[in-house]
Formats: sequence, structure tokens, C-alpha cells
Amino acid sequence: MNRFAELLDRLAYEPGRNNKLKLLVAYFRKTEDPDRGYALAALTGALSFKHAKPGLIRDLITERTDPVLFGLSYDYVGDLSETVALMWPKSSPSAASGGGEEGRASSPHNTPPSPTLTDVVTTLRTLGKTELPARLARWLDELDETGRWALLKLVTGAMRIGISARLAKTAAAALGNKDPHEIELMWPGLSPPYLELFAWLEGRSDKPVNRDPTPFRPVMLAHAIEDSDFAALDAADFSAEWKWDGIRVQAVSGRDERGHIQARLYSRTGEDITASFPDLVPSLHLPGAIDGELLVLRGGRVQTFNVLQQRLNRKVVSPKLIKEFPIHLRAYDLLGDDEADLRELTFVERRARLEAFVQKLNDPRIDLSPTIPFASWEELAAARADPKSAGAGDDADAVEGVMLKRRDAPYLPGRPKGPWWKWKRDPHIIDAVLMYAQRGHGKRSSYYSDYTFGVWAAGEDGEQLVPVGKAYFGFTDEELLQIDRFVRRNTTEKFGPVRHVVHEPDQGLVLEVAFEGLQRSPRHKSGVAMRFPRINRLRWDKPPREADRLETLERLLMTMTAN
Amino acid sequence: MRPQDILMPVAAGLCCKPGGFHIDPVRPVERALITHGHSDHARAGHGAVLATRETLDMMRLRYGDGFAGSVQAVAYGEEIRLGDVTAKFHPAGHVLGSAQIEVACKGIRIVASGDYKDVRDPTCAPFEVVPCDVFITEATFGLPVFRHGEAASEVKKLLASVSLFPERAHLVGAYSLGKAQRVIALLREAGYDAPIYLHGAMEKITSYYQERGIPLGELRAARGMKKADLAGTITLAPPSATSDVWTRRFPDPVTAFASGWMRVRARARQGGVELPLVISDHADWDGLTATIQATGAGEIWVTHGQEDALVHWCRTRGLAAQPLDLVGYGDEDESETTPAGEAGA
Repeated sequence: MNRFAELLDRLAYEPGRNNKLKLLVAYFRKTEDPDRGYALAALTGALSFKHAKPGLIRDLITERTDPVLFGLSYDYVGDLSETVALMWPKSSPSAASGGGEEGRASSPHNTPPSPTLTDVVTTLRTLGKTELPARLARWLDELDETGRWALLKLVTGAMRIGISARLAKTAAAALGNKDPHEIELMWPGLSPPYLELFAWLEGRSDKPVNRDPTPFRPVMLAHAIEDSDFAALDAADFSAEWKWDGIRVQAVSGRDERGHIQARLYSRTGEDITASFPDLVPSLHLPGAIDGELLVLRGGRVQTFNVLQQRLNRKVVSPKLIKEFPIHLRAYDLLGDDEADLRELTFVERRARLEAFVQKLNDPRIDLSPTIPFASWEELAAARADPKSAGAGDDADAVEGVMLKRRDAPYLPGRPKGPWWKWKRDPHIIDAVLMYAQRGHGKRSSYYSDYTFGVWAAGEDGEQLVPVGKAYFGFTDEELLQIDRFVRRNTTEKFGPVRHVVHEPDQGLVLEVAFEGLQRSPRHKSGVAMRFPRINRLRWDKPPREADRLETLERLLMTMTAN
Repeated sequence: MRPQDILMPVAAGLCCKPGGFHIDPVRPVERALITHGHSDHARAGHGAVLATRETLDMMRLRYGDGFAGSVQAVAYGEEIRLGDVTAKFHPAGHVLGSAQIEVACKGIRIVASGDYKDVRDPTCAPFEVVPCDVFITEATFGLPVFRHGEAASEVKKLLASVSLFPERAHLVGAYSLGKAQRVIALLREAGYDAPIYLHGAMEKITSYYQERGIPLGELRAARGMKKADLAGTITLAPPSATSDVWTRRFPDPVTAFASGWMRVRARARQGGVELPLVISDHADWDGLTATIQATGAGEIWVTHGQEDALVHWCRTRGLAAQPLDLVGYGDEDESETTPAGEAGA
């Protein structure tokens, strides 16, 4: 448990992905089976046991400490698990008295060994509810501060440490110089503590075979196309379709050992999201693997991403939610057709198989993503500029550009350059005024690189700037230096890591902000929130008074939600 | 005579009327007894200053020769008669030269402990328990969540990080007086013998520690180093410098911070710390409570920090306890500001 606790502790503070990866790999390398396997399970959310309620933890500490001291401490720390982990009394009576010598804080030699992660996980699986408090108390006695913290986070199911399941698997793969896709492929067939996985990664045994009837297949991704790319490309080599503003999913069906159809829905990174969309499962009644976009359809019309968002990241999917936000799959590729793997076929061949497959499915929840006819890049550019009249019709608001796919390309995992391109519609642009700047993390920790910007609105005291968003990328390294310099020279107030930057009608910095979408947000003072905002350009030439107004955003919001 | 007649808090600090002096006064006074060299306790401008030799030297380093009208160096254990009282300095274990000041008058003994810690520190004399009637304790870490653990294991954590990230520089934020030298000494004890780099603001005080015979190994100025050459190295800097433009000379720095505050996550995260090291020069909760009991004092006066919790604890143990409202003493980690550039002391 202690090593795992150290890892969690370190990950909780490390902002950089590559550094997190390094910490994870080092942990997997030096930790034995089965502990590291259970750690991998904990990090990928693959552990299942009943979580302890905060009330139970609170009872345990109340029995052991002075309530006034606990209250003052909890107030100061602000997190129950952490407070309990830190103030949990030492079990040995000899440790409480005496003082002065170095050994005071160290644990006496006669304490029992602290539990391993394996002890904790395997015990929790079978432990009865009534036995939990006493067992938890014993473990807390045996662990140190960091160990107690990690244990409490684990048992309460509140392990938010900012790493994805994907990153944990990537770290495991790095142990054996394997491609993380390989792990994704076999993952559904594996279970904790993943002994066969680690054996293979360390070259001690053959690759585990995935007998899962519904495996995930690593997805193929597109590069963003630049204007200069078109010159080298022949329009005749490509097929085009709309780029839907939903979420990319892979819907896989297969027959289990008893011949029953099983269906699973995966995110593009291979996370199993079936549980969030139970309403789609009955529609996946033919064995195969569809690559497509998850959308919400009402009255046959695709809703915007803002609407779809209501269905994302839900733990409980209520019948009401299902009814109000009917889910739909728009298919654009077929990777498997019954037992056949289609990934080696060309796009044109797969598309034909897909069309036949969708027809055979004959299900209102699943349809084909239409192709866009075009003879030249100019024609496609026109379609992209006006999807409504180019075939997307009423669904045009959910179109965020076009996709180009080479007709002769097989389905390749990852992001190979050449076969697939995305040609996004132009972003929305506004001119906003820099209001606050915050220091970044990691490499950017000495730079003011996170910017809150605002636009003008009529307020009680006349014209004032209201914050409408935050952006922390889009600028070049050189521009970052310039903004950083500007922030340092024009700070009016400091609040911890945040600087209040001058923003007056004639003094301040105008940022041209690009963004993909807009939605209502009660959490923002302005009432609107941007999707994917980034700094497009620095407008040193423009005085803040000429920046955009909130009404501009509101008008945009109206056109986005009106239809 | 009551203890309050011997020592009482006034605007300038803790005043001893029968002895005609103040302890760690925050305003200029005629005669000051100073516990240790941190700037919130040792200020310039007093008529006469009595302190340990090290504390006087540190004041001279910071303020220059004329920092007081006259000075008198007092050795640990030496008894000095001042008016109706006798005063004695005892090691406080906080930083080099730090002292608790014992004040005795007509059979009543009061110990003003200043800042102290009751765990080992290779850079200063160990804390001494002084039996007394009234014990004046600090309460910087006066909450039961503050348990510092072993400093050596925190240093191990730092070294593990250095070996895991050899291409990055490790920047350790540490208070220039005391903490920095203790971290260096602990690194040496852990077997780290590569050169350790210093921010300009801590060069002077660190050389002073070396002059006083504290072995710190090979130290170098970070100033003027090539970025690539700082990969895999450890640099000590004042806490505020670790988020300053100064850090741009380091390759992808890992920001560490050695402080008792690092025990609390929110606190560490607020400061943008990536590698919190729980190393403190103040007693933790267990240290405070153990020390209070060991002095045998029946009355406890609690000064700067989290007074409420410690006063409450004392009362549950049947000890008379009260907070002493002294202003002007802060936590050095927070009060320190970096001089502009590296030219300052």
C-alpha cells in the first residue's frame, strides 16, 4: 500500500503527462505482482467493491479524537479523508509521550506490517458491511500519513488524481516497449491483477489472447488539413462526408460462448461507455463493429453538441433522460462484419459493406452518415461553407466541417498522415480584452499562460467588461513571452497565482479569441460559456474599447439554439 | 508576584519590566534579548542587543555593523543578571544559534521558547527541555494534522525524484536561514555528494554556516550556469524565487518546497509545488504537546500560530493556558520576499 500511496501522492502534484507516465512506468517496474496489477486496476477504474461512506470515516475519527480539535483541523484542511489521514492517532501508547530525541516520530519496531494493496483490495471484495469499520481502523493504525490518505481515497471511491485509464495502460505498455493499442485490444479479456499481461510485457510469456466477443479496435484519426495541403491532393482520390459534432464511438457486437449477442460501446480511447447508453444496446443486434458518431436526435433532426452534453458522464441514466435525449448512432465505417475483419479493405469496399450492414440492421437508431458529392475542391469548399443547402439540410447546425477519406486507404490505427483529413468549418472569432492572468504549470510555471478574457456589457456603473472565457493555448512561444511581459508590467492586483491585469477602455490588451461553439452557462457571470476557446491573434493595434460586446455573443447563441 | 508581572505582552513585544528588557521586540527598544536570527524576531535599531554569538552575526550579515547601539554575546547556559531578574539562554533547536530564554524572578521561572523544534538537526544544537512554571510556546503548527515525520525520508523522496528525472533540474524552495542549510546537510547525510547549487540570496548566510564549521559539501552559485548543465542537479532557492522568471534558466524544473506546510495538500497545490517536502524547523503537533508536558509547567502561554487548538488541548490536560496576542511574528516561509535579481542578500 505504501508504494501505491507514494505513487498517488506524486501523481496528484505532477501536472505534466510525460512526467506522470514516467512515474507510472517506474512504479510498474519496481513493484511486484500482484500489487502492481491491482494498482493498474485502481487507476483504470477496474476495481469493484462497495465504497465506504464518508459518515463511516467520520465516526471512526470521532471515536478517537477530541471533537474540538477535529473541527478545527477539518476546517483548516478542508478534506475529510486528508484530515483523518493526518490526525489519526498513533496506535502505540509509547509514541505519544516523551520527546526530544530523533526517533520520536518514527514508528516503533513492534508494529505489525502495513497492509499491501493486494491485502486491501482482496479483503474489501469479500468483507461484510459490519466488519468494515474495525478493519479500516486496523489498517489506518498500520499505515503512515500518505498511506492512510491513499487508503481512504481508495475505499471511499474518491480517487481523483488526474490520470486517465488510457495513461495507465500506456505506462504498462511502456514496460515492455509495446504499443498501448495492443493493450486496449486485449483489455476487455483481462482482469485484475493482470498477471498474464505483466508476464507478456516482461517477455516471460506469450501475448494474452483476447477471447472477448466484443473487443475494442484502435481507432483511425484524421489530420487537420491546411490550405497548402490541397495542391498536392487530387479530389478524385477522396470521398467526403460531414464532420458531425457529436462524440466518436465504436459500437461492437459479438456472440459470446453461448451464442448470445453481446454489445459494447467504446469511446475513441477504448473506454467502455456502454453503461451510459443502455438505450442504444438493443439496436446493436448484428455482430459487427461500427465506427460512428454518437448524436442526440429529436424528430429526426440532429441536435447540437450542447444538447448531447446532457447525456455525457452520467452515472445514473434515468428513463426521463433517455426519453428527453434520445441517442442515435450515425455510422461512417465498418471494421468488422460478423467474423470478418474488414480493416485491411479499402475505404470504398468498407463503405459498401457498411451500407449493406446498416440496411440489414434496419434500426431507426442507427443510420448512415451520407457522403457529399463533389468533383473539385472548389465544390467541396462551397459545401463546407453552406452545409444546409449541400445536403445536410436541417442537420447543418450539428456539422462542424467535412471529413476527407482516401478511397483506397485501409483502416489504420492511430493518426497516419495522408489517408484521412478533417477540414473544420471556420471557428467563431471575437475580440476580447485580457482581464486576469494565471501562472501555468510544469514548464510554464514561471509564465502567465492562462488568460481570462472579457467583452463589454452595460452594467450598473456604465460600460464594463464581463469575463466570458479562459484560454491557455493557441499562441506561439514568442507570443507567450510577449503576453507574459505585458502581464508583469500591467498588473494592478495579485491574488495568489492570479494577476489582475489592467483592462480599461484605453489601456489593456485585446486578444482575438477563436472558439467552436457557445452555450448558456449559469456558472459564468456573463451567462455564456465557450467551447474550445483559444488565442488566435494578439491585437496590439486595437484599443480595448473597440473589443466585442456581450450582445454579439448573445446573438450568436440565438442563431445556434433557435433551430 | 504573578508571572504577568515579570513578562507581559505589549505593542513592542514581550516586555520584562523588572529586568528592563523586551524579548524579540518588533519595535526599537532600549534593550532587547533575541531568540534567533529570523527577520521577524531579530530586527535592527535597538539600543542594546543580547543574543547568542550566531544570532548577532546573522543580524550583522543582514543589517550591517550598526544594527544596534551595543551588543553582548551570550553563551548557552550562561546566567545574566538584569535588574531584578536573571536570564539564561538554552538551545531551541530551531536554527543555528537559536535560543529559548529562561527568565527567573523571585522563585518564578518562565521560559520564552521563541521558535523551536524537538527533533534532530545537523546544523544546530539540539533542543533542551527547561523545567519551568510558565512555558511560552509558539503554535505555528498547532493543529493535530501537522505531523512532520522524518526529514530524512523526505530527502529520500527528493533524491528518488532526481534519479527518476535526470534530464530535469530540481528546485527546492527553502527559507534562506536555517532550512536551506538543513536540507543541504540532510542531503549530504543521505550520501548525495554532487555539487549543490544556490540562489544568490542564500550564498552569504550559507557561507556563514560553513565558517561556523557545519559541513555542507561542495556548493556552487546557480548564477551563470548553462541551462543544459543544470539537468540532474539540485538547487536551493528562497520559496518565492521558485515561481519567478529566475527559474527559466533551469531545464524543465521540478518545483519542490521544504516546509511543514507541505503536509496539507491544498496548501502545497496553491503554491504550484510539484514535490512537497515535509521538512520543518518548527515543532509539529506531537512535538508541541510532548514539550509542553516535559517542561512540567502548570501554565502555558501560546503565541503566534494556531493558538486555539493548542490552548484547548492544554486545558483538557488540566493546564492553565491562554493565547498571548503578539503581533508581528509570521511564518518565515511566507514572510520572506526575494530581493530583486540575485544581487541582494
